[in-house]
Amino acid sequence: MNLTSKLLAATALVAASSTSATELEVMHWWTSGGEAAAVGELANAFDATGNTWVDAAIAGGDAARPVMISRLTGGDPMGAFQFNHGRQAEELIEAGLLRDITDIAEAEGWKDIVNPLSLLDSCTVDGRIYCAPVNIHSWQWLWLSHKAYKDAGVDVPTNWDEFVAAAPKLTESGILPMAAGQEGWQQGGLFNVLMASLVPNEVFLSVYGDKDTDVAAGPEIARVFKAAADARSMSSNSTVQAWNDATNLVITGKAGGQIMGDWAQGEFAIAEQVAGEDYSCLPGLGVTELLSTGGDAFYFPVLKDEAQIAAQGELAALMLKPATQVAFNLKKGSLPVRGDIDLSTANDCMQKGLALLEKGALLPDFNQLVTPDTKDQIDTLFVEFFADSSMAVDAAQAEFVKIISAAE
Amino acid sequence: MASTRPSQLFRNKTAKIAAIPMIVTALFVFVGGTVWTVVYSFTKSGLLPRLKWVGLDQYERLWATRKWLIAIENLAIYGICMLVLVFVIGFILAALIDQKIRFENTIRTIILYPFALSFVITGLVWQWMLNPEFGVQNIVREWGWESFTFNPLYNADIAIYGVLIAGLWQASGLVMVLMLAGLRGIDQDVWKAARVDGIPTWKTYIRIVIPMMRPVFITALVIVVTGIVKIYDLIVAQTGGGPGISTEVPAKYVYDMMFKASNLGQGFAASTMMLLTVLLVVIPWAILEFGDSKKHG
Repeated sequence: MNLTSKLLAATALVAASSTSATELEVMHWWTSGGEAAAVGELANAFDATGNTWVDAAIAGGDAARPVMISRLTGGDPMGAFQFNHGRQAEELIEAGLLRDITDIAEAEGWKDIVNPLSLLDSCTVDGRIYCAPVNIHSWQWLWLSHKAYKDAGVDVPTNWDEFVAAAPKLTESGILPMAAGQEGWQQGGLFNVLMASLVPNEVFLSVYGDKDTDVAAGPEIARVFKAAADARSMSSNSTVQAWNDATNLVITGKAGGQIMGDWAQGEFAIAEQVAGEDYSCLPGLGVTELLSTGGDAFYFPVLKDEAQIAAQGELAALMLKPATQVAFNLKKGSLPVRGDIDLSTANDCMQKGLALLEKGALLPDFNQLVTPDTKDQIDTLFVEFFADSSMAVDAAQAEFVKIISAAE
Repeated sequence: MASTRPSQLFRNKTAKIAAIPMIVTALFVFVGGTVWTVVYSFTKSGLLPRLKWVGLDQYERLWATRKWLIAIENLAIYGICMLVLVFVIGFILAALIDQKIRFENTIRTIILYPFALSFVITGLVWQWMLNPEFGVQNIVREWGWESFTFNPLYNADIAIYGVLIAGLWQASGLVMVLMLAGLRGIDQDVWKAARVDGIPTWKTYIRIVIPMMRPVFITALVIVVTGIVKIYDLIVAQTGGGPGISTEVPAKYVYDMMFKASNLGQGFAASTMMLLTVLLVVIPWAILEFGDSKKHG
């Protein structure tokens, strides 16, 4: 027996013994309390099929993405990985590193059940489907602490303008008017929420969709920058870094509110807070009620091992099953990707989101419109803007126009 | 004459064969990698390298980006201050230790110790030291100086100097040890001769000893300069580039572009500029150094 055949025999042995329980390494960046609980639901459901979910979590998307990409391009692919669908994965698909799962999508009838269908479109390149969407996440939420406003003796705001107007009262009572993490993606994201909520949809779409520099330089975007400056002064004493630390300030009543995506919901749930009693949520900042339909999706790298390929298929199909969708999304605080399941157990905030979803008050997600390169430039601009209170609104807008003019 | 040539090539055969792996590595990995990077810096590579030529576009964008300009400025401030201060501090410490003091070994070890720590640890330690709530500022205030303010990392204008303090703390010990070795290498007769001529000690150091220590200075210079150009981990651990983008450095710009922005072309252009900067310093120095030595024989 030479070495090759020995190795082959060993591989066959391993493969044979593992058909019953195939290990599939799944990479993701869901590490905060609520997120970890949600991913646990996926893992349990997958383990129940007789396979084994090998959890490989890396805290923070900015840290996780390079690791994922280098493992893919370096020829050491994992079994499956979480990614924001949109333009990030485009090149990986072009390079043939990701598995075409159209057959699974067709067998499961995803085209008929996924709602809104644009989620599946983001997974589709040249008519083939490459990812399994698992949830809808929207950024446009303002989370408010009832305790903070009671302590300050003001009514809980119902929209952005009231929120800004209430700030001085909160400061007097020693409460931080607005919590915000000092990270680029949060600061850039905050600006995009203001833009989606405070000006008409057409403006958002012509700036990020058509890259129209005249609109970007116009008075409506100037208003958004003005609001961003308000946000800057309201959050100037917020020293936390991570988003969930900022959410925690709202949960404990140390801060009045926070603009953050609906994933913040999971943190309120873990802290056993009740929507409408302990905290309020305002979709679209209470100004323009709408949601952007971004979200998370799982991609499946091209693998060689038959057993693992089969396991990938099982995992993909499982992710969109009604039971998994309900269990996962209730923990995660996100909306399910299918409209035909019963979510009557969802709380106030999620019901608001579901209603908007049904009404079709939707906006494409920022990540589906611009490349990671443009996103990084915008994030950098706002890191600078929020750190330096002397940076003028019009100087920042001029910089923004420059970024949009170079965007693709 | 003709018969001696082949023997020249095959002299020290074992040594040459032993050097082949290193030569191959140097050629293919270092030179090859460098050429590859420079070539791809003229392309529009995104997440993955692609040969789609765009000429000098990446460089034009690079020099129009505020983050890059700030990064270059920071590297210049950090580099110049670091070079000057690390040599002054290192030399003074070495000269003091050279005065035949007691517990020399202990003191030398303590001062060299920070060099044994990684930049990540150094960065974290100094982040805490310079934190107004736990660090130096708090300690001085507890001593009774209530209005004392020292929080460089929270002021965008001077944050880079906060990083400089950490860098100096780490590197001074190494320079001191190198200098000390240089001082010990000076013949005692030189000192005796200077004393006989009545030259003051400080003048002996500056006029006689330092010029004699030229090789040691050059070794230390090379080590310190390479440390400056590649500075990355200290920034990431200590400030993360903040507040805002006030402590960005070129190496971090390269990383951010390549892995966060999925824009390899831009990252390659930035790293090519870094290479160019190093060459601009190294080539004139090499010509001066090695060109001279040949002339003098």
